[in-house]
Amino acid sequence: MKFILSLFSIIFLFVNISSQDNPESFPFVDSSKITIAPPTSVIAEDFKYDNAEKLSITWIPSIDDQIGDNNKVKGYKIYRITDGGQPELIAEILPGSNNYLDEGLEENIWYSYFVSSISDNFEARSNTTESVTPKREWLNFDLKFLFLIALIISSSVIYYIRHASKGKKLFVRKIAGLEAVDDAIGRATEMGRPILFIPGIHDMDDVQTLAAITILGNVARQIADYDTKIRMPVSRSLVMTAARETIKAAYQTAGRPDAYSDDMVNYITDEQFGYVAAVDGIMVREKPATIFLLGAFFAESLILAETGNSIGAIQIAGTARPAQLPFFIAACDFTLIGEELFAASAYLSGEPKMLGSLKGQDIGKGIAMAAIVVGVLSATFGEIWDVQFLLDIKQYLLQFFTVR
Amino acid sequence: MKRQIPLLITFFVGTLLIFSVFIPPMENLGENFTLFFDIIAVFAFFLGGGNLMRVHFMKLKKKKTDWQFSIVTLLGFFVMLAAGIFKIGNSGDISTSLTVEGSMFQTIYLNVFVPLGSTMYALLAFFVASASYRAFRAKNKEATILLVASFIILLGSTPFGTIMTSWIPDQLSIMEIPNLAVWIMSSPNLAGQRAILIGIGLGVVSISLRLILGLERTYLGDDSA
Repeated sequence: MKFILSLFSIIFLFVNISSQDNPESFPFVDSSKITIAPPTSVIAEDFKYDNAEKLSITWIPSIDDQIGDNNKVKGYKIYRITDGGQPELIAEILPGSNNYLDEGLEENIWYSYFVSSISDNFEARSNTTESVTPKREWLNFDLKFLFLIALIISSSVIYYIRHASKGKKLFVRKIAGLEAVDDAIGRATEMGRPILFIPGIHDMDDVQTLAAITILGNVARQIADYDTKIRMPVSRSLVMTAARETIKAAYQTAGRPDAYSDDMVNYITDEQFGYVAAVDGIMVREKPATIFLLGAFFAESLILAETGNSIGAIQIAGTARPAQLPFFIAACDFTLIGEELFAASAYLSGEPKMLGSLKGQDIGKGIAMAAIVVGVLSATFGEIWDVQFLLDIKQYLLQFFTVR
Repeated sequence: MKRQIPLLITFFVGTLLIFSVFIPPMENLGENFTLFFDIIAVFAFFLGGGNLMRVHFMKLKKKKTDWQFSIVTLLGFFVMLAAGIFKIGNSGDISTSLTVEGSMFQTIYLNVFVPLGSTMYALLAFFVASASYRAFRAKNKEATILLVASFIILLGSTPFGTIMTSWIPDQLSIMEIPNLAVWIMSSPNLAGQRAILIGIGLGVVSISLRLILGLERTYLGDDSA
């Protein structure tokens, strides 16, 4: 009997030890897994206003998905079943998430999904959603307010262009930076030094570069009239060709096509600081009397403007990048702030049609100003007096001017 | 005709891109047109490179002022071009990446180009100091306001600013320098920036319409607008 008991004990001990070596072999080892609850209420639905290629999947996160270092849920796995086939893992996302946008799908193919919450060694699967197929919408009604605003502003611009072309006089306020263009060119002429025109470091697909090139047309005409030299180093090949055409046309208009040379515009490099080094070198060696810095500028704005300042050149700058404006204001004589850069060509040309477009722009400003005043007043007094009507106005304005 | 075709293309593409924002089936048009632009820009790069060579060869030939710099430019241009085209020093065959570790292109880029670029960028530190000195001189009312605001923001970013006004009671905590600095940045500064951004947005609409409608033609080399 003693022997039989000892034998059972030895067998029990052996089994126990070997179970520790191979934890998978016994069911009680499962308690070491970090079991977690699955996500619930998983819904797959068509993503609104797309070209039948997206589905939106939402779910309520697992109840074990808690914020903090001890979060048992390590993330979520999203599986897609296409036309009743095999599940396919399409994404693994962070804990705390409750939605996913599945893109690149096709119309008339039916998709269903399930989501699993995952711990270190456990995966809890949700129910599978109903099958859905992406649908195509022909108009994006989320952008209805944007469309309305664009329509109002565009219509007013076109209206004032037509209004001005009938010969009606329009008042346009004086822009100091543009009033100074004549003097700046005159100064260079008197001093016998060149004018340096820098159109920023972006390509022709940037509206700021386009604005700079249109200003160049007006400036170059005056330069041709005064028989002054212009120097234009550029950082993009397309800008070089566009600028050459513009200056050539300006010289032809001024009746001095013979004075034009392709060497007025030359390509330097696409590299930001390589371009800055070359332009700084030109400034220091050739000491231009006038420098135009118009277009898209980044970190190089202050380096260029300060070098220009150090050689005593009169500088007219303009950009639509708010972060660079303070540098230009500090280092240049005149700065075209934001919209003034885009208004410059119209202003300098003096063409009634072009000036009309500036007037139309003012309607947009009027709308913005009115909305800001009404919004501020309704938000302030709505909160102070707790008037629902005023809070509704604030909410409506927010909805109107927010692009989703 | 030379002017009408580009104007028609501008009108057609501009209008199409505006509508593509509101019509979901056309939403990829913007990306596609950006690709077209990139393809055109690649061809235009030959024009740029050609111009660079021509300018500097002429400078050398005519021994113009500072012609020595042209030697450096041309040398840099051709060495990088050769290192890139022939993949000099690449460990694998011609199909390996241009920027693979140990390649001549990558070595020159990391050891010559990047330090030179950083040197230029570092100049900003000195230029910020000189520009700030001029901007913050209290010459008039506006410059004085700017000086005071910048002084508060500078102090507010340092522990000294916190210590200086730590005695202020909680009811007047807005007057503590760090809180004043935050208020200046988040209220007057942000309001000013947003006003500029609204103006920029409207300016872009206006110039875009002038371009689409063909009123603005200067960029095409047409000065008759």
